[in-house]
Amino acid sequence: MSSIRRTLEGSVRRDIGLTCLAVLFTGLSYGAIAVASGLPLWLPIAQSVFVTAGASEFLFIGIVAAGGNPIAAALAGLGVNARHLPYGLALAPDITGRGWRRLFGTHLMNDETVVFALAQPDYPGQRAAYRLCGLGAFVAWSGGATVGALIGSAVHDTNAFGLDAMFPAVILALIVPSLRDRATLRAAAAGAVIALAAAPFLPAGLPVLLALAAVALLRRERPTP
Amino acid sequence: MKDTTLVVAGMATLAAGTYAIRFAGPALRTRMSLPPRATKLLEAAAVILLAALVATTALTEDHGFSGFARPAGVLAGGVLAWRKAPFLVVVLAAAATTALLRLLGVR
Repeated sequence: MSSIRRTLEGSVRRDIGLTCLAVLFTGLSYGAIAVASGLPLWLPIAQSVFVTAGASEFLFIGIVAAGGNPIAAALAGLGVNARHLPYGLALAPDITGRGWRRLFGTHLMNDETVVFALAQPDYPGQRAAYRLCGLGAFVAWSGGATVGALIGSAVHDTNAFGLDAMFPAVILALIVPSLRDRATLRAAAAGAVIALAAAPFLPAGLPVLLALAAVALLRRERPTP
Repeated sequence: MKDTTLVVAGMATLAAGTYAIRFAGPALRTRMSLPPRATKLLEAAAVILLAALVATTALTEDHGFSGFARPAGVLAGGVLAWRKAPFLVVVLAAAATTALLRLLGVR
């Protein structure tokens, strides 16, 4: 930790702290919502530790809670997590760790760690930011999910508290920054319409996957130069 | 809920697959690079999947309409998020709006 203090500026450490605090709140709501939707206590906790990729876990929980097939839910989650491939390609060599440390360092890759690592001017700073943000976010996410799940299991009439509205609101809050891009917004809206149109006819989970057809919209709008 | 074994299998698939994706980038880095367009498409695909999840969980329940209270709460949260309100405010406002509407008898 002392090496992290030397290599990272105070403002960067503070920003990482604030980011982890936001992750903690998201984790709390994630755990609470998962249990409130009727899923067992262990599921959000185990996922937060073993998957550690918020958006895909929300997607998985949402599909399974609606009665969808867990394997289809996992495939949808992997679709959301495909963005980690370009993340890994963008990082400088060995940022995720060397030797055996890489086994755990790999697991810490997420939106926040990559953003902070790429923002540092030099290699030691990038490594330090990746490790600090990665560990912080991991602890905040799994800790938040665990506490949230315990809180959620204490609430019985979840609909009276509007907890069912929290789930979509959380995901919406997470994607709003990306929706400020016009082309993405249009494609996302089209995807939502596709999923809604399919929802009455298809088993839960499939309408969300079908929404991917809206990717074609992006292609047409910006042809490859 | 579905059979526990199937849920565990789903979770294991997601965990193992995600790990493999995370591992692949740094491992392949010296041999390939993804064109920026492909990166952008992958990001957009994630947003599309999540937007579809927002729409279906906000508006439908058991293949039918979920009622007005829930989507109204989500809309309130969405407007606040767009105006850059803090995360906690967004989430609590969504729940409060829905709870209040139900209290007033709106389904």
